[in-house]
Amino acid sequence: MSSQENLPALKRRDLFRMIGAVAGGSAMYQAMTGLGFAADSQYAGPIRLDGSPKGAKVIVLGAGWAGLVSALELRNAGYKVELLEYNNRVGGRAWTIRGGDTIAEMGGETQKCGFDAGLYLNPGPWRIPYHHRAYLDYAKRFGVQLEPFIMINYNAYVHSKDYFGGKPQRFREVQADFQGHVAELLAKTARQDKLDQSVTKEDQEMLLDALKSWGALNKDYAYVAGHDSAERRGYAVNKGGGLMPEPVGGQPISLSDLLKSDVWRALTFGQTHQWQSTIFQPVGGMDATPKAIGKTLADITTLNAKVTAIHQDDRGVTVTYVDARTGKDRREVKGDWCICTLPLPILAQMEVQAGPELLAAASAVAYSPAVKTGLQFKRRFWEEDDHIYGGISFTDQPIRQIAYPNFGYNKPGKGVLLGTFSGGPEGFALASLSAADRVKAAVEQGSKLHPQYKAEFETGVSWSWHRSPFTMGCAAAWTDELRARHYRDLAEINGRLVLAGDHVSELVAWQEGAILSALDAVSRLHRRVIAA
Amino acid sequence: MKTIIAAGLVLLSASAGLADEAPVAEGTLHANLAGPSHVAKQDGEGIYNSVCAACHMPNAKGGTGAGHYPALAANDKLAASAYPVTLVMNGSKGMPSFKGMMSDAQIAAVVTYVRTHFGNGYADPVTLEEVKQVRETQ
Repeated sequence: MSSQENLPALKRRDLFRMIGAVAGGSAMYQAMTGLGFAADSQYAGPIRLDGSPKGAKVIVLGAGWAGLVSALELRNAGYKVELLEYNNRVGGRAWTIRGGDTIAEMGGETQKCGFDAGLYLNPGPWRIPYHHRAYLDYAKRFGVQLEPFIMINYNAYVHSKDYFGGKPQRFREVQADFQGHVAELLAKTARQDKLDQSVTKEDQEMLLDALKSWGALNKDYAYVAGHDSAERRGYAVNKGGGLMPEPVGGQPISLSDLLKSDVWRALTFGQTHQWQSTIFQPVGGMDATPKAIGKTLADITTLNAKVTAIHQDDRGVTVTYVDARTGKDRREVKGDWCICTLPLPILAQMEVQAGPELLAAASAVAYSPAVKTGLQFKRRFWEEDDHIYGGISFTDQPIRQIAYPNFGYNKPGKGVLLGTFSGGPEGFALASLSAADRVKAAVEQGSKLHPQYKAEFETGVSWSWHRSPFTMGCAAAWTDELRARHYRDLAEINGRLVLAGDHVSELVAWQEGAILSALDAVSRLHRRVIAA
Repeated sequence: MKTIIAAGLVLLSASAGLADEAPVAEGTLHANLAGPSHVAKQDGEGIYNSVCAACHMPNAKGGTGAGHYPALAANDKLAASAYPVTLVMNGSKGMPSFKGMMSDAQIAAVVTYVRTHFGNGYADPVTLEEVKQVRETQ
């Protein structure tokens, strides 16, 4: 125990605040990390904007997470705020499509969602890791109920169209078998004393012990069909009672097949920090939290406002907008500052008065593709027949994933699952299809994992993020090269304009990134206003 | 071949985050998430219908929302092939860069296709040499 950890909690907080005020957020974060806090999130608790804004007015563009947080915190700090939003709703990509909703993609295709009541698709973000503390804090402050999002389901499938006769394998089998084979190989090497160079004799014995346990090896350090492996991969004939048949362990998949089929790649998924348990989803849909925040900002929010120009000079900012539904009713709104959270493809095409470095940055960063398709089925066959409750199956077909609903388990009746989550070149290929054809492709490919698909399918809805009128893409496709060249220019206050959003964060496409970016932008802007 | 390999490396980092909320580190790229890193089709029409149509639409008429995707149909900006080749290679203002996802031959094929279809009558084919030059001026 260091002496610092014995400081009373209040005193510690004051210390952080003091460091933050004097040296800025990054110094505060370093100090906090040094004291054993904030180890994996840069969220330092609710923002405090002390000092009077002296009547300053801020125009906030975009009512997604970054815009909502900016407007909320600035208004709480005493600013006059006006919030403009293109859509007829707040939330941006944090959005939920339900039965009865009519959605329109660019190019003119509209879909009327036919899901039953209570069933939905989150076409954008759909999960919140436990370490996204800013999100969790806002959800708590606004009374939004969360439930677990199942990331890894050991009974879900891993599917390769060209291996195992196209038959999907259970995640638990792939996981246990890959681990078992690797443990066996390493144990063999260790027992042949081939690890002498890197492992001491004493450690070698402990390593063998560990490998036996970790890899579910038998007494001879082999990974084979039988009790040991079956306790991990599951039994071919399960355990029963009374005079039921004795349990039988199944035959492990060979290491060669695991490697060639690529199915092992699914294993590292849930081990990645952003996807490690515990993960949450809001009960009833991802739009719950932005809606709750947006409700408190209704009096300063203008929906259906399509921004067409941002002008600024020494005295202030002028934002021009039209009615997004008609393209008419041109209006101007004036303020002292502007926080712009508009997606870069849209900002880059707009008439914007800002430094050339900011405009170059906005032009350079395009957005990645993503397609999500939700499918409603007459019954929850994945639970009833396949015993998969929540979680995700993986396939090497273009749909890439099938994600099962993480609520309403074991109930009779209908269910909606995510039948496609695709990006990269395959995402472009799916995105090039009509929504109706994307739904068809999802049913066709999904039926390779679940033959019940075709008989049980009822209705589907698909969203291609590149055809999304309010984003023109899924999320900023930063590369290391682009970041080195443009990131700071995008983040710095440019005259009276400052950008915020997940694209101005290291957590691209995560709601947490948008929130942290907004809190940082608001803090910097406030310091400037106070100093003036 | 060298260009193709180099392009592949570029794409590994560029595509790392494409299939999910967040970019994954280059070293932890999941094939089961991101899928292949290159456009599969090799012919101009096939590439158009599996990449370009996502935004410019199958009829090349583009689309409008908070911003817009320009129509490629009857577009006189296609007269000089250097312009579309540079855009496909580097991207700009919402248009992604495809230099990592497409080979020089694929870029030549798709630009040639667009310049000779959808009411565009620019018969001179885009040469591999021309595309290569644009790539090398990066």
